[in-house]
Amino acid sequence: MPSYLFLRRTLRSPAALCGSVIITLLVLIAVFAPLIAPFDPNWQDAAARLQAPNAHHWLGTDSYGRDLLSRLVYGARPALGLVLLVTVITLPVGLLIGILSGYYGGWLERVLMRFTDVVMSMPRLILAFAFVAMLGPGLVNGALALALTTWPAYARQARSEIQRLRHSDYLAAAEMMGIRGQRLLVGHILPLCLPSAIVRLALDLAGIILAAAGLGFLGLGARPPMAEWGSMIADGMQVIFDQWWIAAIPGTAILISSLAFNLLGDGLRDVLEPGHD
Amino acid sequence: MSRASNRSLLTLFQGLFTLALTLVGLLLITFALSALSPVDRVLQIVGDHASQATYDQVHHQLGLDKPLPVQFWHYLTQLAHGDLGTASATGQPVLQDLLAAFPATLELATLALIIGSIFGVMFGVLCARFVGSPWDLAVRIFTLLGNSVPIFWLGLLMLALFYARLQWSAGPGRLDDIYQYSVEAKTGFVLIDTWLSGDRDAFTNAINHLTLPVLLLAYYSLASITRLTRTACLSEMNKEYITLARAKGAGDMTILVRHVLPNIRGTLFTVIALAYTGMLEGAVLTETVFSWPGIGRYLTTALFAGDTTAIMGGTLLIGVSFVIINNLTDVLVRVTDPRVH
Repeated sequence: MPSYLFLRRTLRSPAALCGSVIITLLVLIAVFAPLIAPFDPNWQDAAARLQAPNAHHWLGTDSYGRDLLSRLVYGARPALGLVLLVTVITLPVGLLIGILSGYYGGWLERVLMRFTDVVMSMPRLILAFAFVAMLGPGLVNGALALALTTWPAYARQARSEIQRLRHSDYLAAAEMMGIRGQRLLVGHILPLCLPSAIVRLALDLAGIILAAAGLGFLGLGARPPMAEWGSMIADGMQVIFDQWWIAAIPGTAILISSLAFNLLGDGLRDVLEPGHD
Repeated sequence: MSRASNRSLLTLFQGLFTLALTLVGLLLITFALSALSPVDRVLQIVGDHASQATYDQVHHQLGLDKPLPVQFWHYLTQLAHGDLGTASATGQPVLQDLLAAFPATLELATLALIIGSIFGVMFGVLCARFVGSPWDLAVRIFTLLGNSVPIFWLGLLMLALFYARLQWSAGPGRLDDIYQYSVEAKTGFVLIDTWLSGDRDAFTNAINHLTLPVLLLAYYSLASITRLTRTACLSEMNKEYITLARAKGAGDMTILVRHVLPNIRGTLFTVIALAYTGMLEGAVLTETVFSWPGIGRYLTTALFAGDTTAIMGGTLLIGVSFVIINNLTDVLVRVTDPRVH
């Protein structure tokens, strides 16, 4: 599909449009956080603790007297950073293993796919929890832990797609032209696997955001005092019965980001895989 | 023996082989995590002020001076004897702690799964029947939200609203304090225990405590079950035999219930098993919010106490249940459905 056509169809799907607008906004907020945030997110004002939303602090302050709006804005950074890290690890590894085993077949395929199946049926959240609990909290460890169990789905999908295309005239023509090896794999096979991988990625990232929030909530995410949505909920939990909004606000941000990726994934699936329901 | 049963026997063995392989993989990962961990297990046991001799002795007792493959072998033999080590926080064998906590998690997840799968399948079928209607749209939005909401956060807000503000529901925990010691824990399942105790108020109280977390987890499982049931129904309804049934005069609902549902049972089964494993894993978060004394809260307590032995034991128990449920479902679907190769 030519890219202009793809873009037009994507924008016509309301779900994909909503999703991409929200994600673009989130990226802009994360990039320009210092310009948008009214206060320093880590500046503690002991005189203004636990304030309700008011004209000065639009979303109120937390139990250290830090401005919640500023922390919310800065919290987009670790959330999107982690999403980016997981993507950068998962996509190449999954596609590489899938393409290699689908294209070459034989014992390589059997070994790689058995390995993929084994990793695929491992528990994602609990292994991520154990990984970070044992090796120390932090964004990079969190991303590694989540990527560890995310890649197999991409490998499987890419493999089955290549098997379907293995005997297509299109690939036969390319091979007859003398295109083989790396050039065939990257130039001709990779583009065929990418669309479905991207759809899956968008849907997966929605879950990754939730898992990352869970790790942050348990104190296994970015290190304090860095503003992070999951750990902001944990802070708000201490005062949930009196100042409920302190926990409610960062949770809403998580909900909206996860929803955006779900919408984008759903919309993209309708555009790229029309055969699907 | 016929060829068909031979084939299903073969799939059974293949499935069990994958299961064994996955379990070994899981053990390797948990072992690697504790081996790579910067936390010094010896120091955790002997404390900061121990002499070098004591340190070395414990170091030797734990087998940490041996090469890694030998350590892994020790780890496996200990596991085979049901020895998961001693939790430094509670001073008890980890296995004993875990077995005491497991029923609480199981009770919560199972009740939620029953509610979630009944309503999930029902909603999914109805959405497929009235596809494109306002009802379909409403359910789709409801389930999309369910897939996007951090469930522990929703639980926190529900507690603030229904427990603190409106006082409709009981608070965190499994029972009110007054019943905590009057009800004897025979089975570990709070509904059964309170029922056996014959104390009606205790039983009602247990239900009150269960309602909020069960409904919350049910929503979580319902979201994915509904979406996948709907998709599976819709793709099945495009097939020719459905057209035939329609030509013979069967109504939409008859087709869905009599033809489509039995044919997508493999998918349904997988989806429901997936929801169950998801809830076992998610227990770490929900149980923390609801102070529910199950495996999840045990894990987070161990986390805050820095007790690595307990963390690895709990991870292993949840991981093994997850892997077993996952693989057995796969095998069952393959054996019972002749179309899957």
